[in-house]
Amino acid sequence: MNGHSAVGDQSVISAHRLGLRFDTDDGPVTALEEIDIEIAKGEFVALIGPSGCGKTTLLRVIADLQKPTSGRVRVNGMDPAAARRARSYGYVFQAAGLYPWRTVARNVGLPLEIMGYPAAERKDRIARALELVELSGVAKRFPWQLSGGMQQRVSIARALSFDAEILLMDEPFGALDEIVRDRLNEQLLALWRRTGKTIAFVTHSIPEAVYLATRIIVMSPRPGRIAQIIDNPLPVERPLEIRDSAEFIAVAQQVRGGLRAGHGYG
Amino acid sequence: MVMAESRLAGVAPVSVIILAILALWYIAAIFLNAAWSRDQAARAGLEITPRDILLDTMTQQRPRLPAPHQVAKEVWKTTALQNPRSKRSLVHHGWITLQAALAGFVIGAAAGALLAIAIVHARSVDMSVMPWAVASQAVPILALAPMIIVVLSSIGITGLLPKALISAYLSFFPMVVGMVVGFRSPDPIQSDLMKTYHATRWQIFGKLRLPVSVPHAFASLKIAAAAAIVGAIVGELPTGAVAGLGARLLTGSYYGQTVQIWSALFAAAVLAALVVGLLGLIQAVVLRQMGMAR
Repeated sequence: MNGHSAVGDQSVISAHRLGLRFDTDDGPVTALEEIDIEIAKGEFVALIGPSGCGKTTLLRVIADLQKPTSGRVRVNGMDPAAARRARSYGYVFQAAGLYPWRTVARNVGLPLEIMGYPAAERKDRIARALELVELSGVAKRFPWQLSGGMQQRVSIARALSFDAEILLMDEPFGALDEIVRDRLNEQLLALWRRTGKTIAFVTHSIPEAVYLATRIIVMSPRPGRIAQIIDNPLPVERPLEIRDSAEFIAVAQQVRGGLRAGHGYG
Repeated sequence: MVMAESRLAGVAPVSVIILAILALWYIAAIFLNAAWSRDQAARAGLEITPRDILLDTMTQQRPRLPAPHQVAKEVWKTTALQNPRSKRSLVHHGWITLQAALAGFVIGAAAGALLAIAIVHARSVDMSVMPWAVASQAVPILALAPMIIVVLSSIGITGLLPKALISAYLSFFPMVVGMVVGFRSPDPIQSDLMKTYHATRWQIFGKLRLPVSVPHAFASLKIAAAAAIVGAIVGELPTGAVAGLGARLLTGSYYGQTVQIWSALFAAAVLAALVVGLLGLIQAVVLRQMGMAR
């Protein structure tokens, strides 16, 4: 913690000159280079960029699922490994990854079992988490009895159940159709406002990033770098129709410009 | 309703296949046994018509290939018409083989599963034990079985245990291989999830690897069970044909009693089918309980 900047006590996630290189058969690949980010408590940050820009890798490094080769990362004031051991974050993956032999309720309760919560508290927390994603009615069903969108909501409930301050989400709605996705975006925003969690959200959809985030980090590929950081001026209250407003379109254009500048798009 | 219909729909193709197999069997029996009929007729100096040959190939005492009805008659005679405790009863011999096979199956499956647990948790075990497990299966069991029987009987161990050990030897390998695959079958997201919870390796084992391996476990158990029956029969061959289906095979071949050999083979197949079928039923119940049957 020594020598950490004054922003330190405010920022929940920070990275400084973060780099990650790995060796492949075609020689070394730089997945991440010179990444500097500060994410403050309660922020909703979107990481956007074309595939291969390292946005998922960055999220995995924050979660200690991958080790950086240079630079420094802090999560809740700890290094990522310590933060993971302290169960500082909930992680939502690209696919729901539910355990098919567990009911919805028992899937949501999985982290609670592992973290040793007593049965009565598990029950309460499962109920509360399922309420947050509006799935209380399907607690006893098995995953295969749910639609893809419902499965992904269960996986969000699972990440929320142990009430970590930070939510890391890796393209959670990428595999869903647009109608379901709109609805889930709306729900996620409401959930974020209600819980005040710090969210880092990886996406490759410009409208999704602009609709959800308070700040948008635009990344460029080969090597994965930050091309631009855009503050989103949209109000906290965001009905879906806001996406037709001039402000929204202006921010979206800015993001598109950032992607183009980073050679993200053609 | 749908179930009943689909079951009925399955009856026709299955009967066609069974009839085809029986027809092929009969044709093969005619061709393989005809030489003997001609030979006998020639020795007796008799003229023999094709019709006589045909009839004779179906009723020989020691045919090269017994006709299906001969095997069926022998099986009926040695099961339904015999006291199951009699030494002439296939049920008696089948039961002796089954006991050894089941004991060996339990030992082998348990050893295999335990070794698989060790292998997925320690790379050193994977590297050091797996090659030996593979090599052990490259030794022909027919060569190894007499040695096991002889060595064990020299230290006073006879009867069920030596046969069970041979069964165990054959059944542990499919179990190791299948369970290692099973324990390693969680998808990356399911595994990463455990990592984000900072789960211990035993939590990961109990809550992820073990349940995810259940379908693999049943596939392995079925192979192991069939192998255990083969092991028990092979284990009975060098004991001097005292009892068991292996003994029936051996006495049958001593005296050229092909009908007896075939009915013992048939009994072994039925035994394996029963055990594998039972495992299939248990599998269906377990998977339904786990919510993994659709």
